[in-house]
Amino acid sequence: MKSLESILAAHPFFENLDPQYMALMTGCASNVRFEAGQFIHRQGEEANSFYIIRQGKVALEVCPPEKEPITVQTVSDGEILGWAWMVPPYHWQFDAQAIELTRAIVLDGRCLRTKCSEDHALGYELLSRLLPIIGQGMEATRMQLLDLYGTRG
Amino acid sequence: MTPVPHTIKKIIRETHDTFTLDLTPKDGSEPISFLPGQFNMLYAFGVGEIPISISGPAPGTRGMLHTIREVGTVTQALHKLKKGATVGLRGPFGSSWPIETSKGSDIVILAGGIGLAPLRPAIYNLLEQRDQFGNIALLYGTREPKDLLFTKEFEKWRGKLGVQTKITVDKAGSDWRGNVGVVTTSIPRVSFDPPHTIVMICGPEIMMRYSVIEMKRLGVSEDRIYITMERNMKCAVGFCGHCQFGPSFICKDGPVFRYDRIKHFFGIREI
Repeated sequence: MKSLESILAAHPFFENLDPQYMALMTGCASNVRFEAGQFIHRQGEEANSFYIIRQGKVALEVCPPEKEPITVQTVSDGEILGWAWMVPPYHWQFDAQAIELTRAIVLDGRCLRTKCSEDHALGYELLSRLLPIIGQGMEATRMQLLDLYGTRG
Repeated sequence: MTPVPHTIKKIIRETHDTFTLDLTPKDGSEPISFLPGQFNMLYAFGVGEIPISISGPAPGTRGMLHTIREVGTVTQALHKLKKGATVGLRGPFGSSWPIETSKGSDIVILAGGIGLAPLRPAIYNLLEQRDQFGNIALLYGTREPKDLLFTKEFEKWRGKLGVQTKITVDKAGSDWRGNVGVVTTSIPRVSFDPPHTIVMICGPEIMMRYSVIEMKRLGVSEDRIYITMERNMKCAVGFCGHCQFGPSFICKDGPVFRYDRIKHFFGIREI
């Protein structure tokens, strides 16, 4: 069975991370499992963790008043779920629900925030790795807003 | 240049706003042959003529399939026609997907919305010669689940023929168990060897632009990426100039282009 450290080290998010930081990450990590239909977090709750999805699929949902929930994004194998733990006010912006059996590694965001404020080099490292994910999400949102597929006749 | 009368042999309702016409020559002759990616000009008598990509043949059909989204006057007129009605057909026109020259390569097909229709003949062609190609991935995105085309065929392609398929929609209700997100997010989720991959893309131009960026980022060279362009085509033989795209005419030189040959014009807002 692979160790947590080897799984994290093989993930692109942690590629070439300094070994001392890698050890720190592993110390903040643990395995979790969510059944289909189980909520991982709810909109407005404190964001104190982030997840590396090993297997499964998670829907990010927004629930407009008096309407059915709308899924705005899904996150699946190998992808990162959640960056609100790093950005004030540290609250989740969406509901996250496992839509199939999902296995993930969870990292303690609160612990990492403290470490980042103590060690700015670590903070820079993590932010540099999170920013592309946030940027890709923003780009994808813009493309969704363009309503692309309505245009070709 | 004269439309040949064709009879509507069958009408297939694909989605809430999209339908397929199965056409056969009215004089009883064999349907014309075509290459995957080519289009015909369909004439709704008394209303007008439009370019429609050929989306078949599907197994079990002998005619010529055209999948049409109801978006304008002519497509609405075509939609109102019943089985047995007559339409005019000119074609086939234009360039085709590079099936023969892709042998030995991995194939990634990216389709957005009704852009899957012009790619379907290429998919059939690839699958008829499945052992001639490496990995085949089919990535398809639409606005909502109700817009998805050819979903039953997707299951067959995935199940029996070893095609990696990823379907994604821009938004969905909680009853949707598939992926949500733009189609480009599916690219890293399939396996292919970028230097030895041929990419075929059809969809809205912005989607194609971002798909090309992502493919290049992963290491696919520009001369291995093919896209299909759409402009206001009228004559379909390069005379009228309506579909001019830089130095090319889309009806005659396209609609399928190798990306490196048109990249200097692709994405320029004035063109």
